[in-house]
Amino acid sequence: MAFMKISSPHATRSGNTGDVMKQVILACLPGLLALSYFFGPGSLMNVMLASATAVACEAAILKLRNRPIGFYLQDYSAVVTGVLLGLALPPYCPWWVVVVGTASAIILAKHLYGGMGYNPFNPAMVGYVILLISFPVEMTQWAAPLPALEEGQSLMSFSGALQQIWLGIPIDGYTGATPLDLFKQNDTLLVNDFYQAESLFATGHFAGAGWEWVNIGFLLGGLYLLWRNIFTWHAPISMLATMFVLSALFYDGGSSNSAGSPLLHLFSGATMLGAFFIATDPVSSAVSTKGRLIYGAGIGALVFLIRAWGNYPDAIAFAVLLMNFAAPFIDYYTLPRTYGHSNSRRATEKSE
Amino acid sequence: MSTTDYREISHNGLWKNNPALVQLLGLCPLLAVSGSVVNALGLGLATTLVLVGSNISVSLIRKTVSDAVRLPAFVMIIASFTTCTELLMKAFTYELYQVLGIFIPLIVTNCAILGRADAFASKNKVGASAFDGLMMGLGFALVLIAVGAIREVLGSGTLFAGMDLLLGPVAEHWTITLFDNYSGFLVAILPPGAFIVTGFLIAIKNAIDSELERREKAKRTAPVVKGSKRVRTTGTIT
Repeated sequence: MAFMKISSPHATRSGNTGDVMKQVILACLPGLLALSYFFGPGSLMNVMLASATAVACEAAILKLRNRPIGFYLQDYSAVVTGVLLGLALPPYCPWWVVVVGTASAIILAKHLYGGMGYNPFNPAMVGYVILLISFPVEMTQWAAPLPALEEGQSLMSFSGALQQIWLGIPIDGYTGATPLDLFKQNDTLLVNDFYQAESLFATGHFAGAGWEWVNIGFLLGGLYLLWRNIFTWHAPISMLATMFVLSALFYDGGSSNSAGSPLLHLFSGATMLGAFFIATDPVSSAVSTKGRLIYGAGIGALVFLIRAWGNYPDAIAFAVLLMNFAAPFIDYYTLPRTYGHSNSRRATEKSE
Repeated sequence: MSTTDYREISHNGLWKNNPALVQLLGLCPLLAVSGSVVNALGLGLATTLVLVGSNISVSLIRKTVSDAVRLPAFVMIIASFTTCTELLMKAFTYELYQVLGIFIPLIVTNCAILGRADAFASKNKVGASAFDGLMMGLGFALVLIAVGAIREVLGSGTLFAGMDLLLGPVAEHWTITLFDNYSGFLVAILPPGAFIVTGFLIAIKNAIDSELERREKAKRTAPVVKGSKRVRTTGTIT
């Protein structure tokens, strides 16, 4: 009896970068749907404009660098950068904010460091931080969510959105603070009274109207990616767990001095987007299993520290960039033990 | 060095061995005060002044100071010139002095100055040393002004704003507003902008250099086709 000889490779799924990136884009849909439902068409426009800019910049730089354009565009990494940045930006921000942010992400953060696979920092977050410190006014105006709108107001129409984005005609009554913004400004009311006084919290369930659903959307997308084995659970879970523990410790029984409940911190702001789509970036994060646990915990701790005592209401981008700095250092100390060796190696050890 | 090649010295200072773009010395003031043209010009001139003065003095005492104590002596000389400059700025451009603040006294620590004193002035005659100081200082100042101009345009949309701080009331209306209602790309004014702009300038300089080298090579090795144009298929001609 003769068996058919099958040689490697045995993997049946192609698993190349393009497929992975397409899955990531697919997984963004629930979050994008929630954003569009609660805040109107602004985020969708952001995402489209940012991805178009990202692809254009990527193609232009690849041409300058004499790299094969079609080959690199097919890995969809530029589109993912654009989509993530578009999701993170406030809806209805002027078009040039989106374009400047995406161009800096692709050109400065990605290609100046050597392109796909060589960037030490997450490009989307670099773009976001450059925008946040450059245009604080435009970057801190969020749209008001659907349940918190006043009587007789409806969501921004498509044409209204286009006017505001491209012509800069502001339409009043649509901008508001985010839950984390509001919470940061509160220093007199008990948490419960504060929730009742602010319509953003009163019309929501536990973390601000609209925002909780947006985060649940990104959580669903993240779970889908976990199920598809796109990334491992270590970084996101350790980040969320750290934030949960810290916010539970500093909840302070809901006093006026409280740093916010664990639910608020987990389901508001960009927490879930950051945990499942940013902290899992295969290029800029730590690589070993133990390293990813430390990396995620570091992000979680920094996010909570900056949210509670820093100057900015949300801090995913800063925390991720700071831990990107630390990722090579973490990797150095968390090299796994090779099978057959008693001790783990050091990254700087010379191979014999 | 018996004969002084002034062309060589100026080429070295302004381009080939530029303190800011090639030696990467004195980056601290370069990055810190290049937020606008007026700041850049002020610090550039002050640095040039100190550099020329210290180069002349070091060259004058180069035969009397022994090798063992030369560095402390050089630093003392540089510190005295820096103090002079500081006093001059306090007297004539007080507002600019206040804007530049700590970076005027910090000229002492600019490695470009000590570097030139040790590498050039302590080995060359007074004239050459003075010229070297002038050219190195100008090279540094030009880069400083370039960075300042780019950051000012990107960050606040103006050019030559507040030049009267340095040049007096003549320059009061020099401010050029390039964009109206410009909301300001603040990152250019902030420290990261200085790093990014300086990086781009260095990249541009290197690109120009390699392009020049390529042309030079092409000129040198250009085949001169003369005589028969038939294609040779076999054999070698000796």
